Amino acid sequence: MFSWLEKNPFFFAVGVFIVIAFAGLVEIVPDFAQQSRPVAGAKPYDLLKLAGRNVYIKDSCNACHSQLIRPFKSETDRYGMYSLNGEYAYDRPFLWGSKRTGPDLHRVGNYRTSDWHANHMWDPISVVPGSIMPAYKHMFTNETDLETAYAEAVTVKKVFNVPYDKDIDGDGKIDVPLGSFEEAKERALKEALKVAEETKREDLVQMVKSGKIPEIVALIAYLNGLK
Amino acid sequence: MQNPAIEYDYTVAKWFSYLAILFGIIGMGVGVWIAFELAFPELNYVAGEYTLFSRLRPLHTNAVAFGFTLSGIFATWYYVGQRVLKVSMAESKFLMAVGKLHFWLYFITILLAVVTLLTRYTTSKEYAQLEWPIDILVVIWWVLWGISIFGLIGIRREKTLYISLWYYIATFLGVAMLYLFNNMEVPTYFVAGMGDIMHSVSMYAGTNDAMVQWWYGHNAVAFVFTVPIIAMIYYYLPKESGQPVYSYKLSLLSFWGLMFVYLWAGGHHLIYSTVPDWMQTMGSVFSVILILPSWGSALNMLLTMKGEWGQLKENPLIKFMVLASTFYMLSTLEGPIQSIKSVNALAHFTDWIPGHVHDGTLGWVGFMIIAAIMHMAPRFYKREIYSKKLLEMQFWLQTTGIVLYFSSMWIAGITQGMMWRAVDQYGNLAYSFIDTVTVLHPYYTLRGIGGLFYFIGLFMWAYNFYKTMTAAKQIEKEPAFATPMAG
Repeated sequence: MFSWLEKNPFFFAVGVFIVIAFAGLVEIVPDFAQQSRPVAGAKPYDLLKLAGRNVYIKDSCNACHSQLIRPFKSETDRYGMYSLNGEYAYDRPFLWGSKRTGPDLHRVGNYRTSDWHANHMWDPISVVPGSIMPAYKHMFTNETDLETAYAEAVTVKKVFNVPYDKDIDGDGKIDVPLGSFEEAKERALKEALKVAEETKREDLVQMVKSGKIPEIVALIAYLNGLK
Repeated sequence: MQNPAIEYDYTVAKWFSYLAILFGIIGMGVGVWIAFELAFPELNYVAGEYTLFSRLRPLHTNAVAFGFTLSGIFATWYYVGQRVLKVSMAESKFLMAVGKLHFWLYFITILLAVVTLLTRYTTSKEYAQLEWPIDILVVIWWVLWGISIFGLIGIRREKTLYISLWYYIATFLGVAMLYLFNNMEVPTYFVAGMGDIMHSVSMYAGTNDAMVQWWYGHNAVAFVFTVPIIAMIYYYLPKESGQPVYSYKLSLLSFWGLMFVYLWAGGHHLIYSTVPDWMQTMGSVFSVILILPSWGSALNMLLTMKGEWGQLKENPLIKFMVLASTFYMLSTLEGPIQSIKSVNALAHFTDWIPGHVHDGTLGWVGFMIIAAIMHMAPRFYKREIYSKKLLEMQFWLQTTGIVLYFSSMWIAGITQGMMWRAVDQYGNLAYSFIDTVTVLHPYYTLRGIGGLFYFIGLFMWAYNFYKTMTAAKQIEKEPAFATPMAG
């Protein structure tokens, strides 16, 4: 059979394809639907957090930080409750990372504050002596791209039925409002101002007041939401 | 056994060889730089935000995987393909045009990849960072490569497909499948009508996204760093040594075994994550089984040298290839060990993983591509290799570099893994995270030096290649086996 295949490239190629495609079908397809289910209480990211998440992605924070707490005592002691499948239901893409050059961040919102992050991202060594993390000063001046984040929210709402503008927990109130871009932006600015004030940095507060959200503020909003 | 009537056309093979050298130097240069950044963080600020570790790391992986390695794969395809099918590219204007278009589109894509990664366009998925417009370009030249493969097969004179071709075909099909499914993404601009036109959002969420990504990520390693490299060694080692492949049956077993087993093993990247337990176990078990077909190929190559080990002393190209096989064996034993759940609990997220990747890529992939291109150079230009001595020096320098690299990363990884879990007598964590970082400084330095050795070797390679092309002694007839070299 093999020597026949080696003289018939078409059937050879078909044979190879079947053999390699098999594993993916068996491993990925069966649990696909179940794994898409959000855990109770999970909510999609609001506009500011989504924009902050995009900053996280743009500067590849995931190259050094994981967002996956494994079920070992040494990890739950250090980072908090181990990660659950349903917590990631609105993560597109997933940001588990594959290398902990720095610590895990999946629940960093539980134990770090806005001013800690701001100081740390401005000059890591002043906060954590011996740190090898570089400063991310450009995030303090770059303006957050809210429009792209809004476009992403609209896309996942339309294409994947992500529950924006919906009552998720059945208490009669909308959980994560999105609305029009103007409405969403106004909400984001309000939340950004709160975060900027928490950082105790006047330049950030002034920038938000002038209607521009610095990337660092959006990023901190996102990190604060990781719980 | 050459058919004197066929005059092979190496135009495209030459072009891709130049790119392999160019992207090798760029990609590994960036690699050395970021290795030293981990030891000396001030290096992050040399060119503002553009030299931050996190910005350069995806650039490094993309440049070596899709710049250096793919160039090497294509260069060898446009050389080996013609020769094992006994048909020249010059016989078909169409295939020649396809080959050239393939080259130019590929070149443009890699340049765009560099620019977009530096300007923060990334999907964040490892080895799939490129945004959707570039993904489309990739698909186009991948299809062109497929046309080249099956087109050349269509007009072949030799009816039976040689082993190398099995692996090139598998590379084409495997990467096509993986790349398409993992890069399924929705460009947000076209749904919402606003925002950045380059931006897209993944078709999969959370755990599913992770599963598809590591099914891809692991098997991109399979079909870029393994399968096509085996294609190369099955051609170049028997050619260079003049020895027939040791066993046809072993090559059959290894090929079909590798095809079937490899794809299951992706789950070992997700052990103790939130993917279903049965899948983690499958990933673990199949990783161990993977030793069989991997060692099958490697042993088949080593046994090809049976009775001819003297060549190892005489011929640096044989040295490169034999050590490549050996590193392949090391790497394919180390990987399964890391996939065992209890070992993975320690190794995952540590530097042992990049250590593992690099003994495979530097030792196996890099050495094989270097040897293949130096085997081809005298046949491209009808000249001897310019300097055997330089090639020998390169071999020893780079080998030392690899050993420094993986041994330092073994120590670093295991040290850090042990410190993360260490507890004092009361059961409290013994170290804060930063303790587990500062302790790594000497190993990071050593790793950087190892990488630097390998990097310097690349310049020796480039110089030797250039001199072979322009200044080496001319030869009248193409050598049948061992490549002629001057002092």
